Amino acid sequence: MDYDEIVAVGFTPVDDDLYREIILDHYRNPRHKQALPAADRTVAANNPLCGDEIDLMLQLDGEGIRAVAFEGRGCSISQASASMLCEAVTGMRIGDAEALAERFRAMLQGSSADPGDIGDLEALQGVRAYPVRVKCATLAWNALLEALHQDNAEEQRDST
Amino acid sequence: MTTEATVRSPALDVERLRADFPILQRRVAGRQLVYLDSAATTQKPAPVLRAVDAYYATSNANVHRGVHALASEATDLYERARQRVARFIDAPAEGIVFLRNTTEALNLVASSYARELLTSGDRVVLSVMEHHSNLVPWQLAAERAGLQLAYLDIDDSGRLDLAGLDELLAPPTKLLSLVHMSNVLGTVNDIKSIAARAHAAGVLVAVDAAQSVPHSTVSLRDLDVDFLAFSGHKMCGPMGAGVLWARPELLERMPPFLGGGSMISRVTLERTTWNTVPHKFEAGTPDVAGAVGLHAACDYIDSIGRSAIREHERGLTRHLLDVLDEVGDVTVYGPRDADAQGGVVSFNVGDVHPHDVGTILDRSAIAVRAGHHCAQPLMRRLGVAATVRASVYLYNTHSEIDSLGAALGDVKRIFKVG
Repeated sequence: MDYDEIVAVGFTPVDDDLYREIILDHYRNPRHKQALPAADRTVAANNPLCGDEIDLMLQLDGEGIRAVAFEGRGCSISQASASMLCEAVTGMRIGDAEALAERFRAMLQGSSADPGDIGDLEALQGVRAYPVRVKCATLAWNALLEALHQDNAEEQRDST
Repeated sequence: MTTEATVRSPALDVERLRADFPILQRRVAGRQLVYLDSAATTQKPAPVLRAVDAYYATSNANVHRGVHALASEATDLYERARQRVARFIDAPAEGIVFLRNTTEALNLVASSYARELLTSGDRVVLSVMEHHSNLVPWQLAAERAGLQLAYLDIDDSGRLDLAGLDELLAPPTKLLSLVHMSNVLGTVNDIKSIAARAHAAGVLVAVDAAQSVPHSTVSLRDLDVDFLAFSGHKMCGPMGAGVLWARPELLERMPPFLGGGSMISRVTLERTTWNTVPHKFEAGTPDVAGAVGLHAACDYIDSIGRSAIREHERGLTRHLLDVLDEVGDVTVYGPRDADAQGGVVSFNVGDVHPHDVGTILDRSAIAVRAGHHCAQPLMRRLGVAATVRASVYLYNTHSEIDSLGAALGDVKRIFKVG
């Protein structure tokens, strides 16, 4: 058996479905990656398998998200996803942000691949094919939901 | 790229050996598998698979119980496996305890020796290059028994810094537990001379030999250590067949690790006396098929010869280091010297996260490990969050290393490194 023949040497670069340009751009030039001193809520999320770390900070304004920022380190998927999250939910109503996070998670974890119109976030759809990396992509979104739910819980407690 | 004439290893006939490993024939995502993760677990040759299958098909019974023919046959196979493993590491067989893996073996030493027989204030010395399996059990024992832990550091080339060894071996140090070959750096530690210095200071020596026993000739009589732990699954054997060798006189003094069947001599409702060593440490039904498979693995490895395997891996490691150098923008952690390290090389490509590298390699059906390698303190010492690790074994080829190099070129292209 000739393994030199079977083991291809010098693979042809293929059109990339996972590492799309927009993901790499967010990874290299993350948006909203900064401290947010006026934050109402901070959630620290980490993925022990990969060592991804994200601190997500939210500043709320009534029913809306006034500002959102993150700090962290990790793989391109986790950091790009956090950057894209910040762009997507800034200025959004809390209910709409929750719905977006749920649609995004369903796109990667659920049986339905069609998340509706989620803008640039669609670029992360390629992660579906890499089950061990799905946690990287959803890390920031889980942190967002946790932060928003904390707020709801607090508001409910405040109103009673 | 290396030419056909020079990639053939004179040490062993790799193409013939590859035919023994069914899994190496499989394809991943349409490509031929390139398995460079043998430091995590090795693949299994047909003789080992056949031995496990034959045991269950013809001799399966519980061991050390019952008087029927199968029980006696299974017991005989199990005890012959113990003798064979002892011979494999050139050690007396009554010191061989069959356990699940290296981790369990080191836990046994930390629990039954350090926690029970050392006293508050005693010191155990480890190193910063240890796997979590040679750190966490000692931390647990230290907490329970009030022991102190101290650590040998490494130098910039990933070798143990032994400058302070004598100081660390002074009282109140009672035990030194070190890795033989680092699962991250590939560094091979000079256990023989370190053990001699430790013994001169009255300090016992435990060795995590998970990465060394499968790849080189390890002789207990030569190393002269007190405890040696390794895993069958990293040496062509089945998962679940691990080994602790300990000096029988130490095993005699140590209290049992787990209680139950097999490990007893006489049980009353008030008290129990223990079986002889090593049986005292094998409570419950053991992994007999695992032991039988490990016996076959020892035979398989010795039929090739460990010096031939070491020679083959030295060639692969040298080629791997050269290829990583050719790829460029690669940081290699460790000695970077095929004579000073085993077939394990850790690296990073530019500032690309190891998991991104791992995913891109996976798309070329190249299996490497990416992460902290169960050595978080070492990662911190190296100043990195994680690394990519390629590790080789007797069945790897130079052209597989070339495939790795080409796929790392993909990584650089996608992430615009360099």
